[in-house]
Amino acid sequence: MTRFKTMALGATTSLATLMAAQAAQAVEIEYWQYIFDTRVQAMDTLIERFQEENPGITVRHSTFPLADYRTRLAAAIPAGQGPDVMQLFYGWLDAYVDADLVQPLPSDVFAPEMIEAEFFPMVEAMKRDGAYMALPTAVRSLALFYNNRLMAEAGFDAPPETLEEMVEMARAMTVRDNSGNITQVGITTGMNAQDHHWFREVLTRQHGAEPYLDNYRTVNYATPEGIAAFEFYTGLELTEEVSVSGFMDEPQAAFRAGRAGMHIDGSFRIGALEGTRGLDWGVAPLPLSADGVAANYGSYWINAITQRAQGERKDAAVKFMEFIVSEEAMQLWLDVVGELPARPSVALTEENLANPVFGPFIEGLDSAHTTLFVDETAQRQVLMDAVQRVLLEGMSPAESLTIAQEAEQEIIDRLTAN
Amino acid sequence: MKLYSRLSIERKRTVWAWGFLALPILFYVVIRFYPTADAMLLSFQNWNLLGARSWAGLDNYIRLFNDPVFWKVFRNTFMYLILGTPISLVISFVIAYHLDKTRFLHGTLRALYFLPFLTTAVAMAWVWRWFYQPVPIGLFNNILSSLGFSQVRFLNSTTNALPSILAPAIWAGLGFQIIIFMAGLRAIPVSYYEAARIDGVSNWTILREITLPLLKPTIVFLVVFSSIGFLRIFDQVFNMTTNDPGGPLNSTMPLVMMIYQTAFSSYTMGYAAAQTVVLFTVLLVVSLVQLRLLRDR
Repeated sequence: MTRFKTMALGATTSLATLMAAQAAQAVEIEYWQYIFDTRVQAMDTLIERFQEENPGITVRHSTFPLADYRTRLAAAIPAGQGPDVMQLFYGWLDAYVDADLVQPLPSDVFAPEMIEAEFFPMVEAMKRDGAYMALPTAVRSLALFYNNRLMAEAGFDAPPETLEEMVEMARAMTVRDNSGNITQVGITTGMNAQDHHWFREVLTRQHGAEPYLDNYRTVNYATPEGIAAFEFYTGLELTEEVSVSGFMDEPQAAFRAGRAGMHIDGSFRIGALEGTRGLDWGVAPLPLSADGVAANYGSYWINAITQRAQGERKDAAVKFMEFIVSEEAMQLWLDVVGELPARPSVALTEENLANPVFGPFIEGLDSAHTTLFVDETAQRQVLMDAVQRVLLEGMSPAESLTIAQEAEQEIIDRLTAN
Repeated sequence: MKLYSRLSIERKRTVWAWGFLALPILFYVVIRFYPTADAMLLSFQNWNLLGARSWAGLDNYIRLFNDPVFWKVFRNTFMYLILGTPISLVISFVIAYHLDKTRFLHGTLRALYFLPFLTTAVAMAWVWRWFYQPVPIGLFNNILSSLGFSQVRFLNSTTNALPSILAPAIWAGLGFQIIIFMAGLRAIPVSYYEAARIDGVSNWTILREITLPLLKPTIVFLVVFSSIGFLRIFDQVFNMTTNDPGGPLNSTMPLVMMIYQTAFSSYTMGYAAAQTVVLFTVLLVVSLVQLRLLRDR
């Protein structure tokens, strides 16, 4: 070998080693979520902190409008593009697991026993074959928002504790014009909004029904108890006349405009209500049934590692995952986004529980059920139609709910068949 | 190059012609025909956009045939067509006929009629959605209620919702149809009218015997064009019923919207493709029948 060749070889080798070393130092991973101002802001802060702690890792944060977020993910991931770590709605996980697009979280870092001990039990819905596929930073629950001004006008000084009290207070806050048209509702209703969760997981249980059997594969709400719950719900408009479905287009719009005494919604509504001019509102836990049964609906967005993350990218992705579901990240998410921490150790602190806004939501987490939807939009539509049949076509609640149960069962059977 | 220079002028012309034609052909093959063919293939498969496609045979079509929602949607789609096309054509013809005779502020009036056509369907749909709301916010119901009438359920009704959504759709399309009708009216030679007037024929006869027969090509074009438009209605329905898409109880859902929902909210692409193939067939048949019926003998 000539001297030149040796030199060239040496130079090439050292250059290659240098580049490899640099590559090991600087890994870039990609994180995707949908656009929601406070979420983006919170994630940017988290990424900044994470990068300070892990100088070798860069996280690129990409965001897309919610309307096409799911389609973007579906187009990018099977094509081998897209994120290493992504945010998904918990209900979408099955499709991603079935298509082999997400990796189970490595059990040395995310031991199932550790997760079950440290997270709220509703997270268990993310477990497949003994391993966790994904984890949330934050969880959401439902609570009752009330309008302080309208409550005071009607002579109430505390929010309702039971459903009965709720109806009574709603009656006092309903206002009609001279022709008898309702111009202010006591409580908002709308199955298209959060009410389908309220009915499905809360009202049914409070009336003694078990809405689903076999891990959400068998629909079971068309029992006498479930029908009683449905009669209560449709009765708010039909017999009690304290609500109008579709009043002011959307329930939350009616509440924001100060035209509704009470409104049931998720913790994600807090941000939108804060700073609404002229609206003085409060939050209370969901009303209990007459015999004191509490129930709630919990949902969450999860973080998952895609198949794209391999080798050192995977190591980086796991580290990042660990960071964004840490206690520190959860507290920040609560402070910035207003979504509840997924770990009781962060959520159930005295300070958070005593918070007049977050407190009632956090309290609800204990009794929260997470519906394992197969197609949330279609399953929601079933309950919307059930209500419309009663309100518009005068069908009896019992008959309508029985039709709904059959329709929902058919959706579940079709989508779980293969 | 050598090969090219040996060609005759005639041949060279052909080569150039094909050269220019190749571009749009390539474009259509890649952008139009390939996806169309792929959609037809997809209608025989199951696919959730994420996993692999699997063969389904005729399952998607069988499911479609047995789906009561599909038949309801099918009926809705034809209601949009059967109500929309004649009503919009009659209104736009009447307006164009009289506008043609008006000299006063002719340009301004014509522009005003054309304006809705330039407006975004989405913005318009949301404004009309507000008009239709019940009290205390809806414009129409507030007027009715202040005059002492009872409220009308416009959108939240299984019978009124479809016509309520159709109304702004017709109104938005008027401008275009009026312009085309006016162009058609202008194209009729004045000498016919002069001859008719010398003979002392009534206005009604002039309209029936001269104007309408000579407008036939315009009418054929507008019937076909607006039929396709109403069969493909989506924007107005989607934006006016976001709270209960295509509702209440599917009473306003057109076929295009069912396709959209099946594909992008339920992620059953094969089933959506089967619906698309049906829509394609319907559009094709309706257009062919109309062309044949209205063709010059």
